[in-house]
Amino acid sequence: MISKREANLLRSVTETSLAFYLWIGALSCVALWGLYAYIHQIRTGLIVTGMRDQNSWGMYITDFVFFIGISHAGTLISAVLRVTNAGWRRPITRLAEGITVFALCIGGPMVIIDMGRPDRMFYLFYHGRIQSPIFWDVLGVSTYLTGCIIYLYVPMIPDLAFLAQREEFGQRRRRFYRALSLGWTGSVEEQHLLEKCISVLAIFIIPLAISVHTVVSWIFAMTLRPGWNSSIYGPYFVVGAIYSGAAGVVLSMYILWRVFHLEDYLEPIHFRNLGLLLLAFCLIYLYFNINEYLTTGYKVQGPEKLLVHGLFFGSFSTLFWTVQSMVIIVPFILMTAVLALKPLRRFTPSVLAVASFLIVVGAWAKRYLIIIPTLATPYLPNPKLPYDWLHYRPTWVEWSITAAATAVFLLIYSLFASIFPMVSIWETREDDAAREAAHAMAAPPQPAPQGLGTIRPWSK
Amino acid sequence: MSISRRGFMQGTGGALVASLAAAKETAAQIFHHELPARSVAPTNQKWVMVIDLTKCDGCEDCTRACIAMHFAPPMQEWIRVYEVEDNPAAGPYFLARPCMQCDNPPCVRGCPVGATFKRTDGIVIMDQDRCIGCRNCMAQCPYSARSFNWAEPPHTREELSVPYSTDYNYPHRKGVVEKCIFCPHLLRAGKLPACAAKCTMGAIYFGNEYEDAVTNSKGETIQFSKVTERGASFRLLEELGTSPRVYYLPSANRKYPGPNELKEKEAAEKKL
Ligand code: SF4
Ligand code: SF4
Repeated sequence: MISKREANLLRSVTETSLAFYLWIGALSCVALWGLYAYIHQIRTGLIVTGMRDQNSWGMYITDFVFFIGISHAGTLISAVLRVTNAGWRRPITRLAEGITVFALCIGGPMVIIDMGRPDRMFYLFYHGRIQSPIFWDVLGVSTYLTGCIIYLYVPMIPDLAFLAQREEFGQRRRRFYRALSLGWTGSVEEQHLLEKCISVLAIFIIPLAISVHTVVSWIFAMTLRPGWNSSIYGPYFVVGAIYSGAAGVVLSMYILWRVFHLEDYLEPIHFRNLGLLLLAFCLIYLYFNINEYLTTGYKVQGPEKLLVHGLFFGSFSTLFWTVQSMVIIVPFILMTAVLALKPLRRFTPSVLAVASFLIVVGAWAKRYLIIIPTLATPYLPNPKLPYDWLHYRPTWVEWSITAAATAVFLLIYSLFASIFPMVSIWETREDDAAREAAHAMAAPPQPAPQGLGTIRPWSK
Repeated sequence: MSISRRGFMQGTGGALVASLAAAKETAAQIFHHELPARSVAPTNQKWVMVIDLTKCDGCEDCTRACIAMHFAPPMQEWIRVYEVEDNPAAGPYFLARPCMQCDNPPCVRGCPVGATFKRTDGIVIMDQDRCIGCRNCMAQCPYSARSFNWAEPPHTREELSVPYSTDYNYPHRKGVVEKCIFCPHLLRAGKLPACAAKCTMGAIYFGNEYEDAVTNSKGETIQFSKVTERGASFRLLEELGTSPRVYYLPSANRKYPGPNELKEKEAAEKKL
């Protein structure tokens, strides 16, 4: 027996429209084009990219840092919301956790795409050296990915069991759901176990997420390069990651909301609360940026002087100032406007979506600005190299592979959304119950009752 | 299952000791260099290079000799000559920069697979059979001493005639990192590295720190400890703590015209 809301929710899983096929087809084309570019790169060598001896890393590493950053969307936010027992999290946790898992699936391989000898990637395991930041990344990202897959999967089990019973699916598909649901029957004991499992996972995932992005930043901070040689990089990257990740959640929430008409689940309160979170991170990120650039810019010396000069006034300045306003200033103004001014409040979802879009795109450019200018200003630049060996400019191969990475991300996400419900059914049911109870008592909405999926130790 | 207090204490204590030992071991791994068997070289050798900047006229003979000896791929200079002007009053001088074979090498620290490692004779060697091409070492090296084979390097029959060895680092291949390695195969034969041997000005001295003597292409041998002790020598970007094994004698006053000055002089003479 399901309510009308749930039938609506299941539509995304049961019905596939022509538009969906077109969308999948278009994404697959981009992905295949990227595959072609990669094959070309493997055959010809990394010479087909814009990277050269001086700018020895480029867009691939930018993509890597970006996707790992976006991956903080989910798990971290949903884990924090679970641990703090924020009732409004329920409809958004799964779509956030999905972003995490798929962004990690894309981010991790970017390092392999960047390698000169991808055929030797398993050397990272045979010959791995614990002293190398690259190795920390391999360990960190793979642990995190495993953790996040479990964390996405476990809270989905009751829904899978529910789906396995739906008549509208074919036999094969129901068998698939049943196998995945691990024979869930919904007994009190099982629910208790699930609840325990989710709370343990939520707590473990938080330090994991923070440490992963910290070690990503350490690839840079463990070098002696001007600009990277900084002790603030860990928290700076973590905050940037959460910021861009939260923006990713808002954006995908908005899109799913529009595409699947989830008005019953995603309400203004969700946008508003996430908007406040985003605004807070915007300010923290602003603080880190000021701290980072003011401390290097104030005492300008040696190669750092060149770097800061290049960023502020030189060849990177247009990009630098555009990105800073795109990531921080414009979103800040937009978000403050809709969150603070009553008459503008009804535009909250769409304005937040615009701000989030700016943040996500800007976050990518920001990673680029962290990586490229530093490589372009080494201690001993080689003046004898030709112009294009000294100035990094991404080639069509790098653009294609980056576009394909984004396309594959969207592709997996869309396919996932067409197989599994993106809003947790069993968790929002409790929400329903709570709402009805609240209505019945004609009292202001109360937090959801302590039931499944809540964390006991922290709840009062 | 019930656990006695004693058992619990013992268990916790044991776990604590074990995790402390593990942490100590990890820290030791991270902060000290491990010495795999392949890094062991004759123990009575520790190579150093001394470059006398007073003598260097910027002719790049060393660079050419190095490229010829190692068949270095195009665009790569394992030893590169910079024209430096750190103070406008003193005028420019020339500075040849090989790999510094740092004693505290950031590149070795950062390599995830041990493809570049420190040998007991002081050489930071490069194993292209192991390199995965991640280029972390290039990001780590503050001296821009490393190059990457972005494409398949052009080959010659001579280069391909020998099997690959870390000692001379060819035949070359794409997707791995290249750098100066102080020519270990020449050292084993008792010769100077290619750059030092071909330096017409005799500016590059090379030798064994344990023998305390460094020799240049003209057969002049000087006492290593004396030149460095005098406080006369410096190492490049010493403040970064990389402890380079290449020492420079400052260019007190350059005695020879540089290549551009030579050209100008010739042009002026032609005009006359
Ligand atoms: S100069 Fe660069 S490549 Fe050579 S040992 Fe030092 S850090 Fe490594
Ligand atoms: S490029 Fe090769 S030598 Fe350099 S860090 Fe990576 S694996 Fe090691």
